[in-house]
Amino acid sequence: MNSLILQTTTRYLMPLLLLFSIFLFGRGHNEPGGGFVAGLVAAAPFALYSIAYGAPAARRVLRLDPRGFIGLGLLLIVLAGLLGAGSGQPFLSGLWGYVPVPGLGAVDLGTPVLFDLGVYLGVFGVTLTIILAMEEAD
Amino acid sequence: MSLVLVLPIIIPMLSGVLTLLAFRSRIAQRAVSMAGSVALALAAVLLLAEVAEAGIRVDRIGNWPAPYGITLVADLFSAVMIVLTALIGAAVAFYSLVSIDQRRETFGYHPLFQFLIMGVCGAFLTGDLFNLYVWFEVMLMSSFVLMALGAERRQMEGAIKYVTLNLLSSALFLAALGLLYGTAGTLNMADLARKFATLTTPESQGLVTTLGMLFLVAFGIKAGLFPMFFWLPASYHTPPAAVSAVFSGLLTKVGVYALIRVFTLIFIHDAALVQTVLLVIAGLTMVTGVLGAVAQYDFRRLLSFHIVSQIGYALMGLGIGSALALGGAVYFIFHVSVSKAALFLVSGLTQRLHGTYDLKQLGGLYRSQPVLALLFLVPALSLAGLPPLSGFFAKLSLVRAGLEAGQYLSVAVALGVSLLTLFSMIKIWVEAFWKPLPETGVTVAVPIREWLPPLVLLAAVAIGLGLGAGPAFALASRAGAQLLDPAAYIAAVLPEVR
Repeated sequence: MNSLILQTTTRYLMPLLLLFSIFLFGRGHNEPGGGFVAGLVAAAPFALYSIAYGAPAARRVLRLDPRGFIGLGLLLIVLAGLLGAGSGQPFLSGLWGYVPVPGLGAVDLGTPVLFDLGVYLGVFGVTLTIILAMEEAD
Repeated sequence: MSLVLVLPIIIPMLSGVLTLLAFRSRIAQRAVSMAGSVALALAAVLLLAEVAEAGIRVDRIGNWPAPYGITLVADLFSAVMIVLTALIGAAVAFYSLVSIDQRRETFGYHPLFQFLIMGVCGAFLTGDLFNLYVWFEVMLMSSFVLMALGAERRQMEGAIKYVTLNLLSSALFLAALGLLYGTAGTLNMADLARKFATLTTPESQGLVTTLGMLFLVAFGIKAGLFPMFFWLPASYHTPPAAVSAVFSGLLTKVGVYALIRVFTLIFIHDAALVQTVLLVIAGLTMVTGVLGAVAQYDFRRLLSFHIVSQIGYALMGLGIGSALALGGAVYFIFHVSVSKAALFLVSGLTQRLHGTYDLKQLGGLYRSQPVLALLFLVPALSLAGLPPLSGFFAKLSLVRAGLEAGQYLSVAVALGVSLLTLFSMIKIWVEAFWKPLPETGVTVAVPIREWLPPLVLLAAVAIGLGLGAGPAFALASRAGAQLLDPAAYIAAVLPEVR
């Protein structure tokens, strides 16, 4: 497709949607949201981009093959589980601690956040693998 | 807390992830797949050793107490099945290196294979029925794609039947889970067993038996029981031989495992009725499977019907329900998976040599490939139950258990089916190995040396299980005795409830 309107709006929408996905990811900590929806929302701008500019252009913007994102996500999930197991507790046990972040003070962070990030990347990768493959099939 | 229970799940997962990340490089994928298979085999043996020594092992994932969180439980039966998974996984992974074409490899054969193994291991280890459903899905998703990967016309036809029937079974499983949760308020297997142990009124017992029958249908489709097996011979002969081998070795066995687990732990109240139903189904499964096999002329279709027939034996062990019978069933499942996977691998090699699975177009292999002929004979005769191979002892124990329990009809059926099994194995032998190659047959000259190690491994296990039948059967009997003692299982998972 070669539509100026779609191409222009896509460029404006992309950063907004990505920001929104980060917001959803953070919100999922205690309220509705989280890695799964956030990953879906993050995939949306790239899907839009592939409709507006074609699948090869979307792949260039992504830099990494979508399958790589699935692998990275799953790797983070295993890592989160093993961190819990490394502390002498069962696999996937949550570890929590205060991590000093400059500008924000001490932030309450734990391995579930890492797990959720893995879900985020995994969902992002799966969605784009499917969408880009279908784009290329036509 | 040690990782020994989680390792059989993490190792294939990590191998799957790494092969996924290395999807550009076939060599890296192959290396990871090999390393992962070997590591899984070590972890499996470690788990079995620990369970054999220390009894039932329990791991509460995420530190959530049972019955609220998900528990992994390994008793001897689970541990033996994990060893079986690792063994067949390793043999097929090595076989895949030489037999899977480049196109399938670049489209993700290795990650899918590893995730399939992960799903199977998870199903054997979980102590929670809903979690079992999830592992079934992990396993099925991978198997759907493995079945269709390559997109040959025949494969698509098989895959559609396979996917449809398995989705139906999953839907039934899920519905049964919903009803069960509504009835008992829990899906932890030990907690269910504990709650159902105190049932008193006949109405509530009837309800629980009905739920049990729903699970019988759902797992029965996956296991390939009569009359729900027809998807199996319609699809297992379509993907590459390596995929057929791992499906035949593991997937239906997960269904049988689930049946044995729920009918020895949870639905044990109406034993007389349930065991009669199981024995009738077992007999019909044995007979229809082997009759289907006798009529086939396609190497792999013949073997597929045999899978169905052999599942009947394992179910017969469950139906008799004594410690000897359950031990026999455990031993039998191990033996039949190994032999059947080996036969599928042989069929793949004959196809490579002569370009077809059609027995009429094959021939002369005894003269041209004597080693291959030997490697076919070992699992084939083991399957038919000739001493001193593993199949003889497996069937002997089931027959003895049947005689002790007075189930003479089942024993007669089992023996008769054995004879027909031997007949159909001889049919393959005569057609593919003994008779001269027909004039229409083609021969492709390929070196087969690097194809043989996995076959040798599996044949060695079939012989070793037979020669070492004493210790192997002692272990299986302990597993059977453990299955008959739900109280120990409940105490291991829920130590604080008395």
